Amino acid sequence: MSKSLTIFNLKAETLDGKSILQGISLTVKPGEIHAVMGPNGSGKSTLAQVLLGHPEYRVTGGRILLDGVNITKLPTDQRAKLGLFLGFQYPVEVPGVSFSQFLRLAAKEKLSPLTFRQLISETAKKLAFNSDISSRSLNEGFSGGEKKKSEILQLSVLKPKYAVLDEPDSGLDVDALKYIAETISVLKPFPGLILITHYQRILHYIKPDYVHILVSGRIVKSGRGDLADQIEKTGYEKFTSSK
Amino acid sequence: MTGATRLADLKKSYRLGFHQPESAVFKTPKGLSRDIVSAISHHKDEPEWMHDFRQQSLMIFEQKSLPAWGADLSGIDFNSLHYYLDPSDRRSHTWNDVPAEIRDTYEKIGIPEAERRFLAGVGAQYDSEIIYHDLKKQWEDQGVIFVGMDTALKAYPDLVRRYFGTVIPPSDNKFAALNSAVWSGGSFVYVPAGVQVSIPLQAYFRINAANLGQFERTLILAEEGSSVHYVEGCSAPIYSSDSLHAAVVEIIVKKGARVRYTTIQNWSNNVYNLVTKRMLVEEEGVGEWIDGNLGSKITMKYPSVILNGKGAKGEVLSLAFAGPGQHQDAGGKAIHLAPYTTSTITSKSVSLGGGRSSYRGMVKVAKGAHGSKSFVRCDALLLDQLSRSDTYPVNIINEPDVSLGHEASVSKVGENQLFYLRSRGLSEAQATSLIVNGFIEPIVKELPLEYAVELNRLINLSMENSVG
Repeated sequence: MSKSLTIFNLKAETLDGKSILQGISLTVKPGEIHAVMGPNGSGKSTLAQVLLGHPEYRVTGGRILLDGVNITKLPTDQRAKLGLFLGFQYPVEVPGVSFSQFLRLAAKEKLSPLTFRQLISETAKKLAFNSDISSRSLNEGFSGGEKKKSEILQLSVLKPKYAVLDEPDSGLDVDALKYIAETISVLKPFPGLILITHYQRILHYIKPDYVHILVSGRIVKSGRGDLADQIEKTGYEKFTSSK
Repeated sequence: MTGATRLADLKKSYRLGFHQPESAVFKTPKGLSRDIVSAISHHKDEPEWMHDFRQQSLMIFEQKSLPAWGADLSGIDFNSLHYYLDPSDRRSHTWNDVPAEIRDTYEKIGIPEAERRFLAGVGAQYDSEIIYHDLKKQWEDQGVIFVGMDTALKAYPDLVRRYFGTVIPPSDNKFAALNSAVWSGGSFVYVPAGVQVSIPLQAYFRINAANLGQFERTLILAEEGSSVHYVEGCSAPIYSSDSLHAAVVEIIVKKGARVRYTTIQNWSNNVYNLVTKRMLVEEEGVGEWIDGNLGSKITMKYPSVILNGKGAKGEVLSLAFAGPGQHQDAGGKAIHLAPYTTSTITSKSVSLGGGRSSYRGMVKVAKGAHGSKSFVRCDALLLDQLSRSDTYPVNIINEPDVSLGHEASVSKVGENQLFYLRSRGLSEAQATSLIVNGFIEPIVKELPLEYAVELNRLINLSMENSVG
């Protein structure tokens, strides 16, 4: 069985029947970086949410295979347990839940509370978290930048096989972007990565192996990393009008 | 049974009970009457004033109607209850009498065997008695009195007589009157002026079955500049075959003193839990209630602070957890009678499986209590569509120069919160209990550690049962 996250002709709609993903196929192998780019409203975030089984969407066709296991209909937590991670574009606040307690519960590897706290605090340092994140509530009262860093911290501690990062760069200043990109690029083992982004800014720091252009729920163009440079020059218009 | 034979029976059992309290059974027959109330008083060998107090209270009880507001109490049949059972008889249950689900819960939350038996009203004493005796010595050296209410009445008659029923008179409400007529058990605490009691006084240690009585009566007196934290109850379910629990807790906080009273109660779900709790706080004193209500069929409980001296502070933290078939009607009251007094009421309720929780609160500022401040915050969390939450806040403000704040929220466990947590591999039950535990965290963090731990385990267990 080949190791990969394979998306085959995936179609999905909202619960009120609005079709969003119109048949997406994509194969991501461990260690590969795939950038998924596209204009607003093209279905990038929906793709991310459908991969983890968000209850607001219904899969109407196609399959998602994780290392050969069909996860299309599995509950969200089982997909996560099999090694899939979603970095949220808008991380959710869970008041009163301690960040470290939550993350320790989520982590597969059961370290002692002390070792675990050290791991968190070291990773937080790399991300230039200003405050002691362990004692804070999960995302509660985090600034926009802290929320993004929180996602990457979780990614770094949970060590998934495959990760979908939904616009990890949006709303970040240059420094925060750099810290995030550096933390991602030293992930070990490096996961198969789907990097969803609107701008190519982050791709200056994390070089994708492949770039896919998503327009109106379809991948209209796939190419090597240099496709991103092309978009930087010409924008998405060429792809949206060629439809 | 005729009245005459009933009385004859009663006298017989009373006589036996009186002469051989260790082995004989003294239990009043079902229902309430002047004779029964007298029998209780005589059985306990009480002074005349207490006997009269009980009789007067019984009259008030008979005159008062059930509250016309709040939860539905029409299911209480006052004539079918036993109002007094000699504590020595409470041990006569066997472990097998305790319902299987309660035994099961003890096991799941990891309560030690001996303790389980105690909680279920089966065991009498366990090993903590040694710890208790050591602590007792410390308290006594400081002049602190911490004894059962029945003992206090005999050992400290003047103190008890002076304060008993002064904060909550029998005429306060029907259940306060009932308690005043038939009370037994409960604690008496006296802290001399200037004494700081560093270790919380735990009713938990004062192991005797009477502690778990239906009509316990507690009186705490903190003299000037003293401080004490009293903790009672425990988060593990308390099995009671009795279906009515009507306690009265009176606390007097003298000038500059500080009292915190923490309760976590988890009655079995056949119990009507109707408790009157009130604290009188004098100048610059601080009175705090931390009140957690789990279990029971119906709870009506509104711990109150009467801020009676300049600069007095009162705080009520109320936590209610309403599961299937339960109605938790809880909240708090703050009565500002003096200038520059401050009150805070925080209420958190969680409802699941069709449970209902209501916040009921009152803030009253009397004329002349200028410069006073009050803040009320009530948050409700609903875990499903079947459950219900209401708020009934009342403000009576007779003084223009006050600051009053009120915030309320009702939230459902959000789909996005659940999805977020589940996307990290947590099961639905794990995710829900994290959200719930996070929601009540502001109150749980005020609890002694062992209570907080038990409470968390218990909530996780309720989640598993209702979600999984």
